Amino acid sequence: MTRAALPLAIFLAMAGLFWYVLGKMNEGEYNPRDVPTQFIGREAPAFSLPNLLDPTKTVSSTAMRGRTWLLNVWGTWCPECWKEHEYLLHLARREGVPIIGINWRDDADEAKAMLARMGNPFEQVAFDPHSDAVIDWGVYGAPETFLIDAEGTVREKHTGAMTPTVWREKFVSHFASAKATP
Amino acid sequence: MKRVMILVLFALLASGPGLARVEVKQFDSPEQEERYDKLVTELRCLVCQNQNLADSNAELAVDMRRKTYEMVKQNKSEKEIADFMVARYGEFVLYRPPLNSSTLLLWGGPFIILLIGVTLLLRTIRKRRTVQTDAINETDRQAAAALLDSDSDKRDA
Repeated sequence: MTRAALPLAIFLAMAGLFWYVLGKMNEGEYNPRDVPTQFIGREAPAFSLPNLLDPTKTVSSTAMRGRTWLLNVWGTWCPECWKEHEYLLHLARREGVPIIGINWRDDADEAKAMLARMGNPFEQVAFDPHSDAVIDWGVYGAPETFLIDAEGTVREKHTGAMTPTVWREKFVSHFASAKATP
Repeated sequence: MKRVMILVLFALLASGPGLARVEVKQFDSPEQEERYDKLVTELRCLVCQNQNLADSNAELAVDMRRKTYEMVKQNKSEKEIADFMVARYGEFVLYRPPLNSSTLLLWGGPFIILLIGVTLLLRTIRKRRTVQTDAINETDRQAAAALLDSDSDKRDA
């Protein structure tokens, strides 16, 4: 009996640990593959990419100076992006949040078709088929959403679909303070 | 006809390994190629996290290889390119993490476990040896002698 006590205790402790971690993973609160961004509090990397909807124009991050805005990396091949699309539309239309999209590794026609079908939450959409800006921003999956403040500093980042909960917990406070200051 | 088929088959077989290799890249010097090869084996693919850039065919890995290639062609040093990736993806992007305060346990862990293992082994060996030396203590010996005596008494009777 006493001989079995120690291995049994270790087994139960491990089982408890796995149970806890798997639960957190299911709730989406813990992602073992998450790579923390290096950009929080740092200056946002500048990008200048062709505009998806009008290739003669460019979308440039420096044009957003003076505003608090979201950068959303998406693609038509990414199911989580379809899932968050509705909520991005809500943020853009009801909350007046400026969102710049980076359409990543996509087919331009398919991307345009998706925006036409589901609605376009983006002020502008940049087209990045070869991950130029994406690597510069340290993005490794879609969707990823960054929050950049008026000074051009990255304040927040979320990997995965944007949801009301994520918005409330991580993002909304930055917009409240941005609106209060001027 | 048959001969042509066989030739085609051989051509296909011969091209197999060539197809499996990652994109063909042109370098200005063998030194550049060496630097590129070293970097793509030491940088991690962020999508398939147990593979390096050289082994992975994930689209992001292809693009990161291209980025690495461009920087090698611009004659950036190995350290400059690694620093560029670390600034964007963190030290996690390095397949061989550097030894610093946050990775101390990672590097030291195996040695600590080895130390625990050796200690436990030595203790077990020592215990077993002491058990063997006084395998028969005085009370047991007397009890055994008494039993043997009684047995011989019975036989005598």
